[in-house]
Amino acid sequence: MIDARGLSCPMPVVMVQKEVKKSDPSELEVLVDSMVCVENITRFANTHGFAVETKEAGGEYTLRLVKR
Amino acid sequence: MEIGTGERNDDIRLTKLASCAGCGAKVGAGVLAQLLEGIRVRKDPDLLVGFDKSDDASVYRISDDLALVQTVDFFPPIHDDPYTFGRIAAANALSDVYAMGGEPKLCLNIMAVPKSMPDSAVHEMLRGGYETVYEAGALITGGHSILDEEPKYGLAVTGFVHPDKVLTNSGAQPGDVLLLTKPLGTGILTTAARAELVGASRAEETARLMMTLNKAGRDIMVKYRVHACTDVTGFGLLGHLTEMMQGSDAQARLDAASVAIPEEALALARNGILPEGMYRNRSFAEPYVDAGGIELAVQDALYDPQTSGGLLIAVDPEDAKAVFAELEGAVPCAQRIGVVEKYQGGKRIFLT
Repeated sequence: MIDARGLSCPMPVVMVQKEVKKSDPSELEVLVDSMVCVENITRFANTHGFAVETKEAGGEYTLRLVKR
Repeated sequence: MEIGTGERNDDIRLTKLASCAGCGAKVGAGVLAQLLEGIRVRKDPDLLVGFDKSDDASVYRISDDLALVQTVDFFPPIHDDPYTFGRIAAANALSDVYAMGGEPKLCLNIMAVPKSMPDSAVHEMLRGGYETVYEAGALITGGHSILDEEPKYGLAVTGFVHPDKVLTNSGAQPGDVLLLTKPLGTGILTTAARAELVGASRAEETARLMMTLNKAGRDIMVKYRVHACTDVTGFGLLGHLTEMMQGSDAQARLDAASVAIPEEALALARNGILPEGMYRNRSFAEPYVDAGGIELAVQDALYDPQTSGGLLIAVDPEDAKAVFAELEGAVPCAQRIGVVEKYQGGKRIFLT
């Protein structure tokens, strides 16, 4: 689980990129608090073969990345 | 004027002091229209270009053969080096006068500096501004500075143009050829540079592009039958082209493959390294754009907010070849990117 709340882009997507490079996960959860981060992480995920599910609650977003 | 602490600090990274970079800090086009809604617009027969047309600068006729062009532009640091930032901010502000077909003459500095910014950095930022203004053949006659938490710099620029030679963004005609004078991608690349994801040579090239005046493009295009012009800045190519097509009551067919986008910018877009302004531009212009089957990363680059971007020119098809030939070599990257068509009542831009 990556908690990137309070960070502005591109830092959250950079954190996701680092984690994917480091541990090649088949699943990854990311917590962010802006739509821009959701969009950016979704673009990264799609490029690298992950399906993305996003849930919103109280202005915070949980992205679940699952390797296709 | 007391600014800065006077302390030497060569490690200062200007972009770390800014929450958003360059023209990416611009308020969205749609939001701006909303904010102005209901405010009475005073008319004047000599005001040739005013607020209501979402143009680059206002133009006021003072005699039959002379009109004033006025514009103002400033933003937070887009580059860590204060001198480079000063040059970019000045080139960007001057560009609005060039986009109207005018020549800049008088400039005023607009500056905000935090207490923590060293005097030497402020000096360098101003030196960049002065040098760029002198390169444009204009003068800086004064300015205004305030203390602020985030540095900002730019210029209010006054220029001249012949009242009959004003180039607005609303005169494009069906058949016109669309030309662009700089590559895209500066918003993506500067965002990536903030996270240190861009190599030194690409970062330098991006800065060099943003420091380049649109003077050469302006000086060439005014000799030809140009029907509309704007500079590509905060709203991105598709945002500015949407405004041009709306203002001209026309539509455009844009050949995405002919738009110069650095491969590195596309790779960054695919990896989700995109500035917030790109999404703002997308939500403003997307309803007017038929993206066809164009790859998402290319679309993103076409919506990418530019700082000190190139001139977008709609030129008479008979002159297109000649003006393009002259632009090649004189501007950073001459591109023939599309054509203007008669409006069919649907989308304003068709990507092919």
